[in-house]
Amino acid sequence: MIMLEILSGFLLAIGVFFGLTGAIGLFRFPDFFTRVHSASVTDSMAAVCILAGLLLQSDFGLTAVKLLFILLFLLVTSPTASHALAKAARHGGLLSIPEHKHSVKGQD
Amino acid sequence: MMSVVLDYYNYWIVVFLMMTGFYVVISANNLVKKVVGLNIFQTSVFIFYISMGKVAEGTAPILAEGVEAYSNPLPHVLILTAIVVGVATTAVGLSLIVRIKRAYGSVEEDEFQDQDDLI
Amino acid sequence: MAELIDLVLLGMLAATALRVIFLRDLFAVVMLFGIYSFLSAAIFVSLDAVDVAFTEASVGAGISTVLMLGTLALTERKEKVTQHKSWLPLLVVITTGGALIYGTLDMPPFANPDNPVHHHVAPRYIEQSPQEVGLPNMVTSVLASYRGFDTLGETVVVFSAAVGVLSLLGIRRRREPASGLASESDNTGQADLSESDPGLRAHEVLRVIAKLIIPLILLFALYVQFHGDFGPGGGFQAGVIAAAAFILYALVFGIGSGFQVVSPNVLRWLTPFGVLLYAGVGVLCMLMGGQFLDYNVLASDPVHGQHYGIIAIELGVGITVFAVMLNIFYAFTSQTERVGQ
Repeated sequence: MIMLEILSGFLLAIGVFFGLTGAIGLFRFPDFFTRVHSASVTDSMAAVCILAGLLLQSDFGLTAVKLLFILLFLLVTSPTASHALAKAARHGGLLSIPEHKHSVKGQD
Repeated sequence: MMSVVLDYYNYWIVVFLMMTGFYVVISANNLVKKVVGLNIFQTSVFIFYISMGKVAEGTAPILAEGVEAYSNPLPHVLILTAIVVGVATTAVGLSLIVRIKRAYGSVEEDEFQDQDDLI
Repeated sequence: MAELIDLVLLGMLAATALRVIFLRDLFAVVMLFGIYSFLSAAIFVSLDAVDVAFTEASVGAGISTVLMLGTLALTERKEKVTQHKSWLPLLVVITTGGALIYGTLDMPPFANPDNPVHHHVAPRYIEQSPQEVGLPNMVTSVLASYRGFDTLGETVVVFSAAVGVLSLLGIRRRREPASGLASESDNTGQADLSESDPGLRAHEVLRVIAKLIIPLILLFALYVQFHGDFGPGGGFQAGVIAAAAFILYALVFGIGSGFQVVSPNVLRWLTPFGVLLYAGVGVLCMLMGGQFLDYNVLASDPVHGQHYGIIAIELGVGITVFAVMLNIFYAFTSQTERVGQ
């Protein structure tokens, strides 16, 4: 049982780390698309790690099944949300930094 | 001093949120922003009521084994109704905004308010 | 430790609300409102109000945000810079805030079990509702049984919101020429918007995931509907979640396909049906010898009667809320079919 406790604590710590780096990246990255990547790390990795850590701490019953369902749901929908965000920006015409430099240089 | 802050922190933040929503409602020029401010105001009132219903060392008001203290369920019922009524008024308010835009061409208050003084 | 979470969440809430004042981009304002709603749902969970958190998350962060975005699509996206002097509103706000804070100093301390609010009425319901109504969820038993009249009024309020939105906007079902103030289209013609936008065919990922997720969302809505007696849930949350599934479908596949799946005619029948079901249960109680909405007479055993009554009225509430939310969404989205809007 102590092994489960250690593993769960480790997963929770990793989840917190990913959440923190995702938030810092949201401020520090220069471009929209890189910021979307950083936010999606929070959505997918941090949430999944924290949920997995909590899963290891609960008994083998209804709570664990509910946590598993939430984990699967988040695994499916978080990347989709980031994809939808990036796709919408692309559809609206947003360029990434190298493409922007390239287009500006081409206009001179 | 710390206990005084902890005792009233919830209520002071609620007053701050209420005043923020109130400021947005009375000073914003755009109607959609006014509706957002109104919703901020409403949600802060909900937090006020729910904070009043909380009992320390209590749990959610669902009957369970081995629980002695429950949080007060009556404010929860009141606020459930209030949330749904709030979204109903928001929906009607937003559709009024769409019609105002169609009739006057703008949803900025100072632009269409002069057009309305024809009565 | 739980107080720390409370403190931090409330601080984040205050920062979010403060930022709304200074933003000019209304899209960002609406997104901040969605975040505000989610944070308040988290605060409700930490304050032990799980039913309220459920409703706030689904209704505030879900439906309200979608409706505001729909309005933004029909009006401008940026607020114009104003020439107002802003010291008068600031003065009013500071005075009112000061008076309110002075008022809160008289209140009993937060979360103290000896507060007067926990002593007069609440203990009666906490102790006696398991025997009189027999449900574990005390909020549902108060909402549906002890205070059933108010919930009937609330359902009628939701219904009248649908009536208001439909009479203001109406659901357009044909491509009309952009000719001034068009009247509300309440005709029974066929849905002409059956061809979906060809641009949507390129969104493979969204279509696949939507088709995967929508049945699960509907299943979850049914679970919340019928499990509201034993855990957090009930008719309102279930209706909103079921409407969210169809809103997702209409967003991904186009409003034309949405009209083919759940047509506005069906919604026109479903919206009053829930209210009628609720009031009908009350009249049935009167016909069986009790008073209006007195569920004790519905079965031979009063507790079983309460169970039947609560399930029936929660179903009525769920149906009406589902139909109303979908109706309002259709009304907003079909406005953008106008050319040049």
